[in-house]
Amino acid sequence: MSPTSPTRTLPPTERLPRLLALVPYLQARPGIPVADAAGDFGVTEAQLRQDLELLWMCGLPGHGPGDLIDLSFEGDSVTVTFDAGIHRPLRLTSDEALSLLVALRTLADVPGLAERDVVDRATAKIEAAAGTQAKAPTGLTVNLQDRGAQRPDSDEHLVVLRRALDQQRALHLTYYVAGRDETTERVVDPMRLLLAEGRSYLEAWCRRSGDVRLFRLDRIDAVQMLTEPARVPAEAHPRDVSTGVFRPSAEHDAVTLRLGAGARWVADYYPCERVTEAGSELEIVLRVADLRWVRRLVLGLGTEVTVLDPPALAEEVRQEAAAALAGYQEGP
Amino acid sequence: MSARRAERLVNLVICLLSTRQFLTAERIRSAVPGYGPGDGSAPGEEAFKRMFERDKTELRDLGVPLETGRNGWADTEDGYRIARRDYELPDIDLTADEAAAVGLAARLWQSAGLSQAAHGALQKLRAAGIDVDSQAAPGIEPRVEASDPAFQPCLDAVRAARPIRFDYRRPGAHDTEARQVEPWGVVSWRGRWYLVGHDRVRRATRCFRLSRILGDVAPAGRPDTVTIPDGIDLTAIVSDSVPPTSRTAVVLIRPGRAQGLRRTATSTGAGTAEGDEFEVSYGDPEALADRLVGFGSAVLALRPPEVRDAVMDRLRRLVAR
Repeated sequence: MSPTSPTRTLPPTERLPRLLALVPYLQARPGIPVADAAGDFGVTEAQLRQDLELLWMCGLPGHGPGDLIDLSFEGDSVTVTFDAGIHRPLRLTSDEALSLLVALRTLADVPGLAERDVVDRATAKIEAAAGTQAKAPTGLTVNLQDRGAQRPDSDEHLVVLRRALDQQRALHLTYYVAGRDETTERVVDPMRLLLAEGRSYLEAWCRRSGDVRLFRLDRIDAVQMLTEPARVPAEAHPRDVSTGVFRPSAEHDAVTLRLGAGARWVADYYPCERVTEAGSELEIVLRVADLRWVRRLVLGLGTEVTVLDPPALAEEVRQEAAAALAGYQEGP
Repeated sequence: MSARRAERLVNLVICLLSTRQFLTAERIRSAVPGYGPGDGSAPGEEAFKRMFERDKTELRDLGVPLETGRNGWADTEDGYRIARRDYELPDIDLTADEAAAVGLAARLWQSAGLSQAAHGALQKLRAAGIDVDSQAAPGIEPRVEASDPAFQPCLDAVRAARPIRFDYRRPGAHDTEARQVEPWGVVSWRGRWYLVGHDRVRRATRCFRLSRILGDVAPAGRPDTVTIPDGIDLTAIVSDSVPPTSRTAVVLIRPGRAQGLRRTATSTGAGTAEGDEFEVSYGDPEALADRLVGFGSAVLALRPPEVRDAVMDRLRRLVAR
């Protein structure tokens, strides 16, 4: 595994389905280390040993010595020598089939993400194995396409990024920084592609800032794969995005806004630290890395929004609006 | 689940898989350890019945195909068995790259319900001898959140083909309205979840943002009473509900400013010391005006009047308050 892969915690599973799957799992892998099996099932080694002890007590009616599930341990590895008739795992449930089939179809639709024919073949095999449980996964459709992908070249960019990740090469980016409203040039060492919350991001070590950065694909104006290899420093850790791509951070400025009916969408669109109903309006607290960005947001929302805090922001917005209006009175 | 109950259930599955005959509850009781011996007392019989009922429910919830039937005319009560062909996952053989694609797919879901289902599916595929590495495909991390409370009830209703009712807050509105919908599908588009279906009150096809469904999603009819029209494209219905961008406005951008607008606009080549002219495509003039006003004095809307007037109107109201 590459050093940049995030550590993932598997969701906990129920014990009974695990016990039923464990017997054929072990039978397919004679002499597997107990620790490896525990890893595959997402449980601790101690838990897996308890499972094995329990299975040892189970077997065919009669429950004589020849009827019980038989396991042999050798050092830290285990082998099933009698399975008491649990030769195969249980069929997929309709939820299990749906979760895989919809996800596979989703991946197939993203250019450059996975080989289309590989995904199609895998889908056909899962469908066949799921049998009638695979019926009508049509009720759930997921599109991973970037919501900012109006750029005609964003698919090409994605393909270049994928190739650079595969070949572990550095990239040159022309990147628009919305917070400062400027276009920048930089060399980055790619770590992973993140497709989340309707956006695509490149996570990379940025040599310019000397830190891990997320680059939104729809803000990449140009990308070029360099001949030099990517050098991701050991201290570069992928961001934990399990609670959302952007988390409010106390080091960012807090901005308190009151949203009228026409601006309520802001609370859906941006991660808010707090959202409260205030009469017919909505009061939100946003954490922003750059006040210039929020000034543009507030200006664009016009009289649908009131700035409660910081007070200087409200004054800045009013002055900027006056300056803009003056442009029309004297201008063309 | 207690270890004793888990052990009893594993034994029950082994027992019912090993028989071709239907086994009555009483025979199961003597063949499977853990139910306790029958002493013939009424409370003892009652306790066993309840225990056995709960165990059957547990197995059916897991998807174990529990068959009920009688072996012949002489049987006086139903018995149980598990048909091996219905229980077992059929043979499946994935190549290494197919298994990697499945592993990547299983990581997609971040919501509790679907990620657990995907994890359960991987567990079964591994038990079938396939090496699915859920950490494989380094470098890509596709994630889909489905944390809206309405997600699971809406998906359940789609799969049960059952009409539903809920309170909905339209964009821009403060009050909610009661809706009744025949659900056709749940769609994630551009990072947002939508329910698509037939709105019984409006008598038309409608999309509903799941995050705007407030409170409970309740049944409004019987299961299997929703008919999905042939050949519908759920994603197209959602994307069509967003206005297309087909009109063009001309703006003047002050020298060196509003980079964010420049990079999505097309230069007309015209320009003075005052600034450079750009063309911007748009669908809704009001939405474009919101965006242009955001750039303040860096941008001047030149034409058409519907955009220029909308921008000036917003600025006047901002200055006046």
